[in-house]
Amino acid sequence: MLTKLTGGKVYDPAHGINGEVRDIYIRDGRIIAHHHVDTVGPDQEFDCRGKVIMAGAIDMHTHIGGGKVTIARNLLPEDHRGDPVARSGPMRAGAGYVAPSTLTAGYRYAEMGYTAGFEPAVLPINARQAHMEMADTPLLDVGGYAMLGSDDFFLRLLSSGAEQEVINDYVAWTLHSSQCIGIKVVNPGGISAFKFNQRKLDLDEAHRYYGVTPRGILQSLARAVHELGVPHPLHVHGCNLGVPGNLDTTLNTIAGIEGLPMHLTHIQFHSYGTEGDRKFSSGAAQIAEAINKNPNITADVGQILFGQTVTASGDSMMQYANHTHAHPNKWVCMDIECDAGCGVVPFKYKDKNFVNALQWCIGLEIFLLVDDPWRIFLTTDHPNGAPFTTYPHLIRLLMDRSFRNDMLSTINVDSAALSTLASIEREYTLYEIAIMTRAGAARILGLHDRGHLGAGAAADITVYTEQDDKEAMFTRPDYVFKDGELVVRNGEVIKVVWGNLHTIRPEFDRASIESRLRPYFDRYHTMKMDNFIIRDWEIEGDGRSKIMVHPCRGQG
Amino acid sequence: MPDTQPKVFENVPSPFCGIASDDLKIEVSGLKVRVIAGGDAVTRRGFEQPITDLFPRLSGRQASLEQATEEAARVLKDARLPVFSGFGTDVNETRAALSLIDRCRGVFDQSRAEAGLRNLLVLADSGWMTTTLAEVRNRVEVLVVFGVDIEASFPRFFERFVWPEATLFDEDTRQREVIFIGATPSGTAANAPDGRVPKVIPCEKESLPQVAAVLSALAGGARLQAETVAGIALSELQGVVDRLQSASYSVITWAASQLAFAHAELTVQQLCKTVVALNRDTRCAGLPLGGQDGDRTASQVSAWISGYPTRVSYARGYPEYDPYHFGAERLLESGEADVLVWVSSLSTSPPPVVDVPTIVIGRTGMTFEREPEVFIPVGVPGIDFQGHMYRCDNVVALPLYQLRESTLARAADVLAGIEARL
Repeated sequence: MLTKLTGGKVYDPAHGINGEVRDIYIRDGRIIAHHHVDTVGPDQEFDCRGKVIMAGAIDMHTHIGGGKVTIARNLLPEDHRGDPVARSGPMRAGAGYVAPSTLTAGYRYAEMGYTAGFEPAVLPINARQAHMEMADTPLLDVGGYAMLGSDDFFLRLLSSGAEQEVINDYVAWTLHSSQCIGIKVVNPGGISAFKFNQRKLDLDEAHRYYGVTPRGILQSLARAVHELGVPHPLHVHGCNLGVPGNLDTTLNTIAGIEGLPMHLTHIQFHSYGTEGDRKFSSGAAQIAEAINKNPNITADVGQILFGQTVTASGDSMMQYANHTHAHPNKWVCMDIECDAGCGVVPFKYKDKNFVNALQWCIGLEIFLLVDDPWRIFLTTDHPNGAPFTTYPHLIRLLMDRSFRNDMLSTINVDSAALSTLASIEREYTLYEIAIMTRAGAARILGLHDRGHLGAGAAADITVYTEQDDKEAMFTRPDYVFKDGELVVRNGEVIKVVWGNLHTIRPEFDRASIESRLRPYFDRYHTMKMDNFIIRDWEIEGDGRSKIMVHPCRGQG
Repeated sequence: MPDTQPKVFENVPSPFCGIASDDLKIEVSGLKVRVIAGGDAVTRRGFEQPITDLFPRLSGRQASLEQATEEAARVLKDARLPVFSGFGTDVNETRAALSLIDRCRGVFDQSRAEAGLRNLLVLADSGWMTTTLAEVRNRVEVLVVFGVDIEASFPRFFERFVWPEATLFDEDTRQREVIFIGATPSGTAANAPDGRVPKVIPCEKESLPQVAAVLSALAGGARLQAETVAGIALSELQGVVDRLQSASYSVITWAASQLAFAHAELTVQQLCKTVVALNRDTRCAGLPLGGQDGDRTASQVSAWISGYPTRVSYARGYPEYDPYHFGAERLLESGEADVLVWVSSLSTSPPPVVDVPTIVIGRTGMTFEREPEVFIPVGVPGIDFQGHMYRCDNVVALPLYQLRESTLARAADVLAGIEARL
């Protein structure tokens, strides 16, 4: 079947197309080139004149699946009671809000024009659960970043001086075994150090048992990811999250990686200075400058927005330290399987609270001071800074200076006075939003057939009516197509399809690394190595998800 | 012709025990399954239960799968409030059940929910700090076992997690200390390899809440006037707290199913408060034991699909959670529920005898005091089909493998078949 989207204003930064009026043709779930269209008319045509067309949006860092999300769900029944979602049309019942049920999360993402989301904290030991939950998230393509850096196997390798090649094999084996597309490190070594009762771990501080430092861990993992040709750079949640003064740690982290590609996630939480009477200040200018100067660095923001949410993180060390801020006062910390940990702390960001209001400013400052939209990504670190449903509001803050300044005038006055936000004139364009939420995200993940509208791309497409109120515009697309199927009309799901799992499979010496891993599992673990590895049937067996393997550098 | 040559499978995970031992060696000859290594009372019973029923029955009369599915759908179509319970199932089967429950506006409960809720209520009220089995195996220095005879329900717990030969951190496991409070081990599994017996501080079951409260108070630094608690010298409990404070990594474990008294969640909460208090200066973690017969699996799947872990009603078209009102037993006794659907592919535990129409999608071999209106025997995930199950720590999900070729239906297909006919 041939589908034609006629006469829309197309924003396709991957091809440098900036608001040109074009027709788009879809056949068998893919976008096809105009010269492949027969003279016969399309079977189906959508009049997109006066409308904006972009690829489906990609959330490159969102906690949508895995143990800690379900802990958050169990921790906060009141979150769901406040937002019941009835069965309706093709949609099953569920619940929002900050830790929504998987079904509801999928519908809500699609209704905003998102067609892919990536879970950034997949504990390899818990990867099965992450995949099972992501598989139950309809309408969304998914993928995960496997967490390493506090797992005992890696720390033993590093502390015993293992060769980089061995570490590379282990990293590759982990990507294969956990069916992930990238590697994440969270508080490098810190989750493990907390199990040894260390309460903080600075970049150059030694782990009490292993003697290794976060700097060494980052270098080793970033090198492995790079040498394996993994498209996504090492995804780093740095040391000292949330600690005033962590700006210096972040700058040192950037310097310490010595030019290797590195992605700094939810960088807002890592951009705090200690100036002023309250010893808490914005480090956004220095951070943005460092990103601008270092082309090997990318970042997503982790913007906070005001209201109740829940923070769910692998960083058990810092989540334990922050539990005194829990709102409501209940929280979970876990040590997990000599692999990692997690902490789940509900949180309420208040606009009149000095620190929260300044966090809000810091995030926006970073967005606006980083020059290159290909290297900065729109995230709230869902749900840690705010639930993903706030994205249209965030887009308006970036695109509409007068709206931003109106909001600024409502927050804590001391925070507003300390921030440079009011003086920043920049307004993001639709083209730049399309880079941040589509083309850039696909490029940084190595998704060749997503995030763009060129021939051969998957027909994940969102059509909006252009409006001055960008929040309204991005809340309710006219049409969303998933793999060529019309799934959303006027902001409502009309058809439910299931997404794909995106992975990579770098080459490595399986026999060599398994000769170390098998006895390790037998001797120390509570499961066998063969049962740890996630096989393809586990993902594809029920006929919903398909695995899409993207090439690493140097592969096919 | 069935293949009768015996086949041997290694590293087989057990869906039956909450600790999910996955080192079993299993021999299959035709339809006969035998655990030949790594077995214990729980896993042998689970794996070796023979296939008896092959055909569905309608009120005791043999019927085809088609007829039984049709009849189940007819009963559900007429139902005002069907309640679903049982739930020894794997992940896919629970998914299918929740889809059907959503469709027919039913209630999801689990026969083990009462025990699970003793933990879940604490999690939702104050949270907790917990650990998982591999951390216990490699780190535990002092293990406090509170109110539970572990080896009765988890026969291999001590062998696998407390007395391994080696640990990651070169700890001499022979030096590990085990302290039982309010329970006495029924066997010798808790004895150290050199024969050293665990410390046992006995008390009556009804005193456990009081003892937990005192442990929590002492860990929090309170000074108590009393000299004895539940017949235990206060100094003895102070000694336990002191030992936990001096340990670099201690674990307090309990099994909610064995804390069968009113408001046991408050006792669990005191244990969790003790753990949190100890973490001010050192490391300590809780370990809630459970997860037999798919208990954790169904609860986890329900949590991510509905937002709530168990006792979820879809009667109003959206999920609602009420740990009291949506208990199957209460709904059946009060007459609110007019159909019982019992789903259990892992265990042959039958449904309760009730006077409403009963549909059973149950493991072959289930026997009934009152023959249900619909009985559809099904195969077992982990024996007859591939699948997934959760361990008691809610973190590790294990793959389950198909070991034999039977003609038994799969519960997930049966449930989907019923839904398709609604």
